[in-house]
Amino acid sequence: MSDMNIKEYIASGILELYVAGTLTPEQNKEVYTAMKAHPEILTEVLQIEAAIMKLSGEVSPLSSNIDFQSIRNELRNPEDLDGAYKSTTNWIKYSGWAAAIIMAGGLMWTVSQMNELNEELKTVEITKDILEQQIENANTDLVEANKLISVLRDRNIISVPLTGQTVYPSAFATVYWDQNNESIYLDAQGLPEPPEGMVYQVWSLKLNPLSPTSLGVIDDFTEDENKIFSIANANASEAFGITLEPEGGSESPTLEQLYTLGVVETAP
Amino acid sequence: MTLDTLIVQFQNKNEIAFEQLYNMYAKSIHGIIYSIVRDEEIAEELVTDVFMKAWSNAESYSKEKGRFFTWLLNIARNTAIDKLRSKSFKNKKQNLQADFFVDILESRSNLNRETDSIGLSGFVKHLAKKCRDLIELLYFKGFTQKEASESLDIPIGTIKTRNRNCIIELRNILDV
Repeated sequence: MSDMNIKEYIASGILELYVAGTLTPEQNKEVYTAMKAHPEILTEVLQIEAAIMKLSGEVSPLSSNIDFQSIRNELRNPEDLDGAYKSTTNWIKYSGWAAAIIMAGGLMWTVSQMNELNEELKTVEITKDILEQQIENANTDLVEANKLISVLRDRNIISVPLTGQTVYPSAFATVYWDQNNESIYLDAQGLPEPPEGMVYQVWSLKLNPLSPTSLGVIDDFTEDENKIFSIANANASEAFGITLEPEGGSESPTLEQLYTLGVVETAP
Repeated sequence: MTLDTLIVQFQNKNEIAFEQLYNMYAKSIHGIIYSIVRDEEIAEELVTDVFMKAWSNAESYSKEKGRFFTWLLNIARNTAIDKLRSKSFKNKKQNLQADFFVDILESRSNLNRETDSIGLSGFVKHLAKKCRDLIELLYFKGFTQKEASESLDIPIGTIKTRNRNCIIELRNILDV
């Protein structure tokens, strides 16, 4: 697709319908391929999605987000075991049940052993996924990519995922913290372009009590191609956050404009 | 952590990833469902249903087929519409009116203008009527282009461009 065609493609309105989910499976595949090939198409889709998410979120009468607890309960007790049988004493039936329960117990043990193994396998896969993703993101700039791989391979690097907050739930970023060299690499590709006159400011946070230290503002967000920023950080950070601030940055973070936040997991 | 990675973990039955996705999308999904069933508590129950369905059918999602949010949206609308048609619901809500999302926003902004955080009363005024209707049908009700064109009595070829313009307008208002 040429630049002109990309503009036309975006202007056609197909991406809005893509988010609504009214396209045919073939069209969906086509949009997906186009998004992968052209970042500006992906950005457009993310913004359309953010608008619909914001609108529907506002329609919800709930003042805050819904607690995950009800899901947690469902996960713990999927279905109440119904005592549907009658209470006539029938020892043959009971012994049948007992045998079944013992067998089920044995089966469950085997399954749990298997799950444990699967879990280990998954962790490896996830680590692999993250590496692949980061490499893919950086492949436009070979020098950056090489640097990034060396960072990712370093055992001493702590990876801190920052997730989107109320103001922009689909935002995300990752901090790779190199404690030995007192620096972080911030992968901010999941943040939207800041509006005119505003910049992102990166904060190192201590949690108890909450005290932020500015790590600086990202002046060149729009110009930077791969959205990976190297920033000095000599703090004993417990969390990282990114806020949107007026040009030049602020003394303290504007919490209403907190885009992403992530807590540093301490080593076990 | 990218969204793609989160979704892969979710599909691998990682509950932490599940919780993160839930925190991202639950409120929007609640809004969609609420606009259909118009009962806060039922909507909340259905949100749980929607996410449990997503959890147990996670492997059927693939990013080639569409956005994860769109996939959830689809499950949410179907779940809400199933509930509307159910007997227990009909008994409970005799006089349910097919209100539009704008009515919900409007009534709330009349009630409480001060806490209207992003100026939704203004929003309702500024978005053209034809846009409210179209956004309602395509995003909140899950109409196809054909159904929307029939319902609004406009040519099917107009839906795509009109919707594009409406979403641009919406994005300007919401500053997205």
